[in-house]
Amino acid sequence: MKDKEQNRHVYWNPYFGGFLLGILIIFTFYITGRGLGASGVMKSSVVTIVDDISHEHAEQSAYYSKFLDENKSPMNNWIVFETLGVLIGAFISGGLAGRIGWRVQHSPKITRRRRLIFAFSGGILFGLGAQIARGCTSGAALSGMAVLSTGGFITMLAIFGTAYLFAYFFRKNWI
Amino acid sequence: MGPLIPNGIISFEWSSIIAIIIGIFFGFILEASGFSSSRKLAGVFYGYDFAVLKVFFTAAIVSLIGLLYMDYLGYVDMNRLYVHPTYLWGAIIGGAIMGIGFVAGGFCPGTSLTAVAIGKIDAIINVVGIMVGIFIFSELYPFFAPIYNGYFYGNITLIDSLGVNPYWFVFLLTIGAIIMFALSDMIRKRVKKVFY
Repeated sequence: MKDKEQNRHVYWNPYFGGFLLGILIIFTFYITGRGLGASGVMKSSVVTIVDDISHEHAEQSAYYSKFLDENKSPMNNWIVFETLGVLIGAFISGGLAGRIGWRVQHSPKITRRRRLIFAFSGGILFGLGAQIARGCTSGAALSGMAVLSTGGFITMLAIFGTAYLFAYFFRKNWI
Repeated sequence: MGPLIPNGIISFEWSSIIAIIIGIFFGFILEASGFSSSRKLAGVFYGYDFAVLKVFFTAAIVSLIGLLYMDYLGYVDMNRLYVHPTYLWGAIIGGAIMGIGFVAGGFCPGTSLTAVAIGKIDAIINVVGIMVGIFIFSELYPFFAPIYNGYFYGNITLIDSLGVNPYWFVFLLTIGAIIMFALSDMIRKRVKKVFY
């Protein structure tokens, strides 16, 4: 137990992790012809939930209807299966390193409540932005950069550039 | 040869199983690199931990070089790969909103999912927030549609838009990344350590 406690914050060398991630992206493009993604599953979930609550509303909406198909559930989708894998893989890695447990991680200088409020509002912004840019850090920026997509590079610069610009206002939450 | 599924070398029925396997590796790599910790991720914006920068750019460069090599050797046809389309203002405005969301919430969707898998409650709340954000976008779609659909330049690459030679571009990008990594180590030494 003590050993695990010490290892909890020991992560891979970032260059090693990045190298393996790069190999995985090559492999993904080689097999499927497209890159990795993450926000797609949340879009599929929202479309499914709205469609379940009010099929009519989803049909009428110009956005939801893009992802509806009479013969196929929006959850029957490559990215949903990929995400199932992400959850399994992260669970295995976290389990091997002894990092699994219910907790809210936050700086000791802020309250749990404040952390959760910011996690929630940050999520809203990220969800909104990922739809406008048609992808998040994985789907647009990382997978886009791997094939030299202009949009991918622009999205990456916009994400990191703005985050650095606004980091000052959120500093109390982190340092 | 490649890509295998679009070229029919592996049949389409396999794609869901392959998706799960690829996902497992993706999740494992992200979690093992520490991306399930929002405080580690946020370090890149305050200079106390540059793991995000290093993992992200190493991955981008490794995959770029690898794909260019495979294209050159004829294992994969770069023209058949899906290129993320360029909607100029959508990419800029969407990226900017995501940037604020990143530094406020400490997660992006992929990292948030890995943190959900190990039981982080703040990540679960973050995922709920992302879904609310997508819901807001969808309900207000007519308002966002002009940016979402406008300023479309096609599935272009930097080779088209800058007229650069891809090999030189990747070479310079790699040099740039190495300089950036060295600078980030220098910055980290000067910044007050944060323990998390």
